[in-house]
Amino acid sequence: MISLKDKDIISISDFTKEEILYVLEMSGKMEKEYCPDILRGKILANLFFEPSTRTRLSFETAMKRLGGQVIGFDELGTTSTVKGESLRDSVKIIEGYCDIIVLRHFLEGASRLTADSVDIPVVNAGDGASQHPTQTFVDLYTIKKAKSDIENLSIGFLGDLKYGRTAHSLAYALAHFNADMYFISPPSLRMPKDYMEELEIRNVSYQEVETISEVSDNLDILYCTRIQKERFAEPVEYEKVKGLYKLSKSVMDELKVKDDLKILHPLPRVDEMDESLDTTEYAMYFQQAYSGIPVREALLASVLGVIQ
Amino acid sequence: MKKLEVSAIEEGTVIDQIANKSTFKVANILNIQNIEQVVLIGFNLSSKKLGKKGIIKIGGKLLTQEEVNKISLIAPDATVNIIKDSEVVKKFTVDIPDSIEEFMKCFNPNCVSNHQKILSRFHVIHKNPIRIRCHYCERHMGVDDIELV
Repeated sequence: MISLKDKDIISISDFTKEEILYVLEMSGKMEKEYCPDILRGKILANLFFEPSTRTRLSFETAMKRLGGQVIGFDELGTTSTVKGESLRDSVKIIEGYCDIIVLRHFLEGASRLTADSVDIPVVNAGDGASQHPTQTFVDLYTIKKAKSDIENLSIGFLGDLKYGRTAHSLAYALAHFNADMYFISPPSLRMPKDYMEELEIRNVSYQEVETISEVSDNLDILYCTRIQKERFAEPVEYEKVKGLYKLSKSVMDELKVKDDLKILHPLPRVDEMDESLDTTEYAMYFQQAYSGIPVREALLASVLGVIQ
Repeated sequence: MKKLEVSAIEEGTVIDQIANKSTFKVANILNIQNIEQVVLIGFNLSSKKLGKKGIIKIGGKLLTQEEVNKISLIAPDATVNIIKDSEVVKKFTVDIPDSIEEFMKCFNPNCVSNHQKILSRFHVIHKNPIRIRCHYCERHMGVDDIELV
């Protein structure tokens, strides 16, 4: 029997295929059933060293919907970090106040360091340009809802594949499910070598292209990402690639695509998806955002050991 | 009799089959500038296995395990010969460890291990060619990315 009790959620690579399927199954249950008391008496600490309204609120909502309570902060200025306290000391102290830590941090690997430092479960809510595993579970759950099954799909990843951590994690997870992957980006924003190596080791079929029209007719899912201005060290590099891909209803009408193609996006968007797309049958990104609650409910309840 | 390109030593350690470009990195690992006994370094020597190789001979010194581990990362084909009375009494190839702690630096400037006072940690995911994953940020490194500390 699969149990995620006390498991840290740091990187999607820590999860087996069976554990991923278990989380998706539990997410489906949480969406159908309202369980207002299962986390009563439990406290979640939302430690956001880097701002993120959506992820923080979704964890807070998930915890409160299950009867738990939430403490935390969402800006560095109010923490002891500004007084020079180490991350390890901070989290070891906060461990005494709560049952589970949700951490977002600007340094890559901060969540792994936190998990190594405390005995309670730690959830990575995004660290630097590295992993964002709960978003990956949300993405997988949305794909499963859209296609009933996540095996043997053709997935296009569009946009910033270099810094887009959600694309990295999703590609890694989909490698369990025999996906054909198409990476659509300018050369300067290609998927990093590390992830390509992992995919090659796992015999995943993938293709790198620069324009969506080269592969659009193959796709079951198109996963769009925002080109993230904040990840570029040089503004001039951002200027070269911003606005490179713009999807709209008229663009989709001109492209050759499958009728049941679904478009996902972790949001927020800038100009890569026009609002005219929102009312088309392709758009799945708002359902994807709403799925954040049942998926995070399932993850919190699983690692706190109240659902099996 | 084969003529030696680098003179023999009577007692000490010979590190042979060093990847040519790593010869001086190995010399740095061994901190040779502070060794008072004989040190002989050969560079650009011909090697059937490597094409060109380096060799370092150090009088009166035995390598520590940490030194061997460090050498294995940048010169994975290196062999270590222990010399006594001008004879090779022990010979072994360096072995890349499965995990590495402390003596390497993550090449990712945004990795938490480069900003907090913690020991760096790495997992060797592939030995030939060497690929190393940072325990914290999970970035992969190859031989050219390795920075020893």
